[in-house]
Amino acid sequence: MPKAATRQKTETKANKVSKNGSNDRLAEIIKEHEFTDFVEVEEAKAEYLKRRKSQLTQIKKTDKKILREMLYQMVLGRHFEEKSAEVYRMGKIGGFCHLYIGQEAIGVGAMLALRPDDMVLTSYRDHVQAMVKGITPESVMAELYGKEGGCVKGKGGSMHMFSREHEFYGGHGIVGGQIGVGTGMAFAAKYKGTDQVTLCFFGEAAVNQGIFHESLNMAQLWKLPCIYICENNQYGMGTSQKRAMSVSSVSRKGEAYGIANEFVDGMDVMAVREATLRAVERARKESLPTLLEVRAYRFMGHSMSDPGNYRTRAEIAKYQERDPIVLFKDSLKEAKVLGNKDFEEIEKQATEAVDKALKFADESPLPNESELLTDVYA
Amino acid sequence: MAILTIRDALNQALREELIRDGNVFIMGEEVAEYDGAYKVTRGLWKEFGDKRVVDTPITELGFAAIGVGAAMAGLRPVIEFMTWNFSILASDQIINNAAKMLYMSGGQFKVPVVFRGPNGSAYQVSSQHSQALEAFYANFPGLKVVMPSTAADAKGLLKSAIRDDNPVIFMEQERMYGLKGEVPEDIDFTIPLGVADVKREGTDCTIVARSMTVPLALQAAEQIQKDFDVSVEVVDPRTIKPLDIDTIVNSVKKTNRLVIAEESHAFASVGAEISYQVMDHAFDYLDAPIKRISTAEAPMPYAKNLEAAALPDVPKIIAAVKEVCYL
Repeated sequence: MPKAATRQKTETKANKVSKNGSNDRLAEIIKEHEFTDFVEVEEAKAEYLKRRKSQLTQIKKTDKKILREMLYQMVLGRHFEEKSAEVYRMGKIGGFCHLYIGQEAIGVGAMLALRPDDMVLTSYRDHVQAMVKGITPESVMAELYGKEGGCVKGKGGSMHMFSREHEFYGGHGIVGGQIGVGTGMAFAAKYKGTDQVTLCFFGEAAVNQGIFHESLNMAQLWKLPCIYICENNQYGMGTSQKRAMSVSSVSRKGEAYGIANEFVDGMDVMAVREATLRAVERARKESLPTLLEVRAYRFMGHSMSDPGNYRTRAEIAKYQERDPIVLFKDSLKEAKVLGNKDFEEIEKQATEAVDKALKFADESPLPNESELLTDVYA
Repeated sequence: MAILTIRDALNQALREELIRDGNVFIMGEEVAEYDGAYKVTRGLWKEFGDKRVVDTPITELGFAAIGVGAAMAGLRPVIEFMTWNFSILASDQIINNAAKMLYMSGGQFKVPVVFRGPNGSAYQVSSQHSQALEAFYANFPGLKVVMPSTAADAKGLLKSAIRDDNPVIFMEQERMYGLKGEVPEDIDFTIPLGVADVKREGTDCTIVARSMTVPLALQAAEQIQKDFDVSVEVVDPRTIKPLDIDTIVNSVKKTNRLVIAEESHAFASVGAEISYQVMDHAFDYLDAPIKRISTAEAPMPYAKNLEAAALPDVPKIIAAVKEVCYL
């Protein structure tokens, strides 16, 4: 079983699997999946060390502006979510509130591989993706506050950020529902002959929903330019993946549909970006879908109301040793691209942006009650 | 005017809209090479090709989602359900996504998709293939629900549904595909959504009927006229949502009596809603309690006699009219 962070399965390989669908091959596949495909923390650390040299080379080859932006977006996301938790506890945010802390490398790494006109949609854990796509922290925070200045005028809240202007097709609240919608967006791009790519995020729990399988089947059947990014944070609410999935490798489920797939270390923002760049090229040039399983860990509960009794503090602490922001900073420093001074500046910039967002959200008026019945019909 | 079956009128509407707007495409099970399970899409794949008329796997939730996503990204999908019974598998996409996207996005993402197919009973196809689901879909803000009963209405309403910027639930009836009627030949002929049609004028009693019960109500009206000299008005709302309650209320104000005939089950039905609205707007005009004819409160049986007993028919409608007219 390869443990490489970016285990690549090309379409050819996948086809080979499906064509040689004999009992022998099938038995082999089942055997491969009998043990869990989990990269445990220690394994992940060892594997990361092996990749470190090439990662540093990659960093040196990457435009410094992009690297800075990647770090800034991750730090901004972290600060934003930490503040969101704080003001949630103060009662300023209502309803559900799912935080992205620990998963920043995925949204940031993947979306910084896109063109501005590419389309993105995700699950209800959507604050950070919305900001990376260009929606301002002010309008995301105001949306959390249920204010008029929110990106959907206070009608959606935490789970439903949208922006037509930024090609951000939502925050979706039903587990897996957006996988089919994203497939439809990719269908439209191909139909219209644009070379836009659709990036569709979802958690690993969504993989157990029928829509995942229905969508991947059609995406490969019709060769749709859709990139499916499974953010595997290892827990669907309080149920671990081990307790919920008979075959634990999400990436390899792509093989059932002949879809190119990769397994990616979700704590390594560079690895996420590189894998996404490959998928973007496949989508843009060949109009083919890709399934990326990006392994991460959510440092916070499922939502703000999560008691967290299904995992130990020790487990969380272990994963926090691989904090994606810390890892990226270390690499940037070692590659001598950015240093402490830059980090301080980025921290300051992010803190200011979040403070500004909080101020804006506080001052933004509540939606006018006449808004209750608008936007029901076009 | 041409004389067309409802099936051909729908086919004509689809063809004209495919020609008019390159963003319109048809997708569903057996819509292309097979020419449509009920031949509504006959010939369209041959004429428009794979891109515009797309066969899907049997994957209702999946292709309903394609319709939603494609509509959000600027296309005008017409998604066929082989029957509305199968839409239940897709209802997450219709109800949670299509109906709510405009609202949840603060008005930014329209979903101009049409979901269409036959609704209600057919010929002895039993419990899982005989359901009338209009009340279910009409319950959700954001969806429009359309149910034509004539060839002209079928064509004019389907063209409007395709041009509408909202998700539209377009419900046909398998038993009615072969019904013929006059259809205007003008390619710009449309019928606005939300406008009822008085199918027969009368003075003594109103029957509100939709889809399959419209021809039954008209037959019942003729019979009653002949047998009892009672003049029955038949109102077809055509669009369930938005509902043209004014036309219904005006009719009741004239006749003072109301019978509602519907193919769905009675509990929490569209008929129940109409009864409430008539009470709200015209309570003082009613000379008798409203009567309702619906399908029996049981899953649809297979046996021919039991199926007939479950469904509304002309004698049941006549009996209801006699009751509200105290005959």
